[in-house]
Amino acid sequence: MDAHKIQAYGDELYQALVERRTVPPLLEREPDITLDDAYRIQLRMVQRRLDAGETIVGKKIGVTSKPVQDFLGVYQPDFGQLTSGMEYREGEPIDLGRLIQPKAEAELAFVLKHDLKGPGITAMDVIHATDYVAPCFEIVDSRITDWKIRIQDTVADNASCGVFVLGEARGDPRRLDITMAGMVLEKNGELFSTGVGAAVQGSPANAVAWLANTLGRLGIPFCAGEIILSGSQSALVPVTGGDELVCTVGGLGSCRVKFSGRSAV
Amino acid sequence: MSTELTPALTLSREDIVRLSERIEGAQTGAHAIPKLTDEYPAMTVADGYAVQAELRRRRLARGNRLIGWKVGLTSKAKMLQMGVDVPSIGFLTSDMARPENSAISTGDMVHPRVECEVAFVTRAPLAGPGCTREQVLAATDYVLPAVEVIDSRFSGFKFDLSSVIADNGSAARFVGGGRARLPQDIDLRTLGVVLEKNGEIVAAGASAAVLGHPAEAVAMLVNILAEQGETLPAGSFVMSGGITEAIPVKAGDCVIARFQELGDVSMRFVA
Repeated sequence: MDAHKIQAYGDELYQALVERRTVPPLLEREPDITLDDAYRIQLRMVQRRLDAGETIVGKKIGVTSKPVQDFLGVYQPDFGQLTSGMEYREGEPIDLGRLIQPKAEAELAFVLKHDLKGPGITAMDVIHATDYVAPCFEIVDSRITDWKIRIQDTVADNASCGVFVLGEARGDPRRLDITMAGMVLEKNGELFSTGVGAAVQGSPANAVAWLANTLGRLGIPFCAGEIILSGSQSALVPVTGGDELVCTVGGLGSCRVKFSGRSAV
Repeated sequence: MSTELTPALTLSREDIVRLSERIEGAQTGAHAIPKLTDEYPAMTVADGYAVQAELRRRRLARGNRLIGWKVGLTSKAKMLQMGVDVPSIGFLTSDMARPENSAISTGDMVHPRVECEVAFVTRAPLAGPGCTREQVLAATDYVLPAVEVIDSRFSGFKFDLSSVIADNGSAARFVGGGRARLPQDIDLRTLGVVLEKNGEIVAAGASAAVLGHPAEAVAMLVNILAEQGETLPAGSFVMSGGITEAIPVKAGDCVIARFQELGDVSMRFVA
C-alpha cells in the first residue's frame, strides 16, 4: 500500500476517534491490505494523537487468548500504543461519553524499570525489567462499524485501544505467581467471569517478551517507565453508565472502576 | 435458602430398586442407557436422590468405603442450563479413587470427561440446615487440588436433573493430589486453574467460578445432606465442583491440572 493511502486511512481513523463515530472496515475497501500496512496505518493514527499534544505512555497487547485467535483466524498477538489521554486513575469514573462502542477487559499490567530491546528477549528478561505488576482494566473501543473487525482492521485502529485504568494494588513479579494467578471479574457485585494468567500465551510474561521482540524488529522504542497491558484474562464485558466492575488477581489485589455517561453507540 | 426437594417421591420402592440396578449395570458394564425420565416423565429430584441412595447402599454393601461427596452444577452457566438454583450432589466411594500420576483405564467408562476442582478434607462434623461458608472453613482440615473424572451413563451426556442425580451426579473416578494447604493461608476465591491435555491448555478459570467461593458449594452440600437426614462426618473428602468446563479424554491422553498455591495433579488415560 502506498504512503499516500496509509496516511489517508490513518487520518480517517483519527478523525473517527475524535468525532466518536465509526467507519466501514478497511478490509472491505482494501482486500489486499497486509498486516505491515495495518501497523503503518496505526503509526499514522497514533502520530496524529502525538501531534495533538499526547505522549506515549506504554503499549497494549491484544489477540492473546485462544478463543480470540480462533475468532480472528490469527495465531499471534497484536499490539497498540497507549497514549497519555487514555489513562485514568483508579477511583476516577470513566466517562463513556468519550467512547463509541466500549467493552471492558480485565488484565495484568506491567510497568518497566529498564528498557527492553528485542529481538532476543525472553520471559526471564521481562521479569528482570519489570518494576511492578498491577491489576487493570482496559476499555477497548472500535472505530470500525459494529466491531466488524478482521486482524488488519483492529491493528490499523491502534489495536482497538480505548482507555485504561491501573489498580493501586502493586506486586513484585518475583514474589507472585503471575502465570497461575486467578482472575475474578465482578460486574455490579455479581460474578461475571474468571480466568488465569496462563490463558495469555502460557504466561503474561511471554506476551510481553513477544511484544519486546516485535517492537525491536520494527524499531519502535520500549522504555523504562512504560505501562504494558499484557492481554485479556476475562470475557469482554459490555458497560453502560452506572456500572461498576472489580477485577481481582489472586495474590495481588483488585482494580475497581465505575462508569458514567453514555457511549456513542 | 430454599432447596425445593419437596415434590416428594413419585416412584415406588420397586421402581427405585429397579432403576438403581439399571444404573449400576450401566456403570459396571460401561454402556449408555436412555435417561430415566424417558420412562418415568414425572420423576422428581427426590426420586433421583432415592435412586442414588439405593445405589450407594448397594456399593457399600459390596465392601467399598464411603470417602465423601461431590458437588455438581456449581457454575452459573450449568445451573441456568439445568434450570436449578441449587447444586446437585453425589457420593464418592473408595473404588472410585485413583492415585496421583496413575494410569486410569477408559475401557470401563462410557465417555469420560475431566474437570478441575478444589477439594476439602474436614476435621469436624458438619450438619445442616443453615450450614454456612464460615462453618465449612472452620471445620476444614485442609484443602487440596483434585481432578474429577465424570462419566454420564446417559446417551450423549444428555440428561435432566432427576436423571443425573439418580446417576450419582455422573461421578466416576477422582484423583486428589498436589499440595495440601490450610484454608486460612490462601485466598480460596481467586485461585487460578489451568487444565492441560497432552501439553496444551484446554480449559482455564479461577475458583470463584464455583458459586463465588468453593466453600459455599460445600455448605450447600451439607444442607442438601440435611434434607436427606444425613450429616458430613469429620474426615470426609469433598470435591466442591468444576472450576473449568469438563473436557473429554480418551486412551493415550495425558492430563495435568495446575492450580495456584495448590500445585499440580496429573494422570494418564489408557485403554
